[in-house]
Amino acid sequence: MERDDIIEYSLDGHHSEEAGVKIRKKIYFVTILLSVITAVEVLVGAFLSKSVLADWENGDAIWEVIKYSYIILTLLKAGYIVLVFMHLGDERKSFKYTILVPYIILIAYAIFIFITESKAVADLNFT
Amino acid sequence: MAGEATKAIDPKELWAGGRSPFSLSYGKMMMWFFLISDALTFGGFLIMLGWFRYTSPSWPVSDQVFFHFPFTHAHVPLGYVALMTFILIISSVTMVLAVEAGHRMDKKKVIFWMAMTVIGGFVFLGSQAWEWQSFIVGPDGVFGTYDDTRFGANFLGGWKDGLPIPGPPQYAQIFYCVTGFHGFHVFSGVIINLVILINVIKGTYEKRGHYEMVEKGGLYWHFVDLVWVFVFTFFYLL
Repeated sequence: MERDDIIEYSLDGHHSEEAGVKIRKKIYFVTILLSVITAVEVLVGAFLSKSVLADWENGDAIWEVIKYSYIILTLLKAGYIVLVFMHLGDERKSFKYTILVPYIILIAYAIFIFITESKAVADLNFT
Repeated sequence: MAGEATKAIDPKELWAGGRSPFSLSYGKMMMWFFLISDALTFGGFLIMLGWFRYTSPSWPVSDQVFFHFPFTHAHVPLGYVALMTFILIISSVTMVLAVEAGHRMDKKKVIFWMAMTVIGGFVFLGSQAWEWQSFIVGPDGVFGTYDDTRFGANFLGGWKDGLPIPGPPQYAQIFYCVTGFHGFHVFSGVIINLVILINVIKGTYEKRGHYEMVEKGGLYWHFVDLVWVFVFTFFYLL
């Protein structure tokens, strides 16, 4: 029996030929962006690694900068994959926050508590 | 994207029942909820990595561990993993192109891009198999999950005077655990994509009137790529 009171959301995604050209342009832009970020990360990782920086005078300070820029670049890549490739950016705002907010809160708390605890354990073991 | 999700509807009407307040089909919403729980599992694994890193007396430097490259004995720090990352990103792109073709009901293009995605997935799995093989029985010794230097070359502590220093076994344990779990996700993703590809060729979705199944499979596949982005940073770069 066919039901006519159900909205067929699966058909929402359909778009025309012209809209497709625009969407593909965006996809290629994100592709190039992700590849460039990865290439930069690998080059920095290969030529400015910890073992290279160890011989440098202010290597530790440079490594701190590199470390945090790795994390920022990773979050940037993740953002592009989730919002463009997975189309979360095109969903309703309520759904976006339903997915992202609980996850970010849980993970932020877990990172905080485990780093704190492991520092305490390391202090017990090595001092 | 056009359609329900961008339509401005009064919240009162949206949440009054009789429709999805998110303007999403059930399957797609549930795929997102599954991905969230899976992401928490991987988040837990990476936090475990951080825990062991803090509580271990020493930790290997990644460019002294990941320098193998197939068909050569050259020292190529991070070269192979860069290739693997690139393969996974490209297969993610072909997947999103398949989804886009599905939105235009272009069956031929969907088949082409889905096939490309499946091939990319298999290439990635093969690369990972080679990487594991080079760590388990490779020319530079055992990537040991236990404190044992009987084989003479648990190189995880780095190198000194041309000889390997034993490193913390936790490093290899977590490496196999996380890349193995991710590899298993890639494997199941390839199988799912293969099944969807066969259904596309048979015309199942053409008859159904939409290619949402490609989109749902695509969500899973992008998630696998997303996890690799984080594994790549926290294992191979930091």
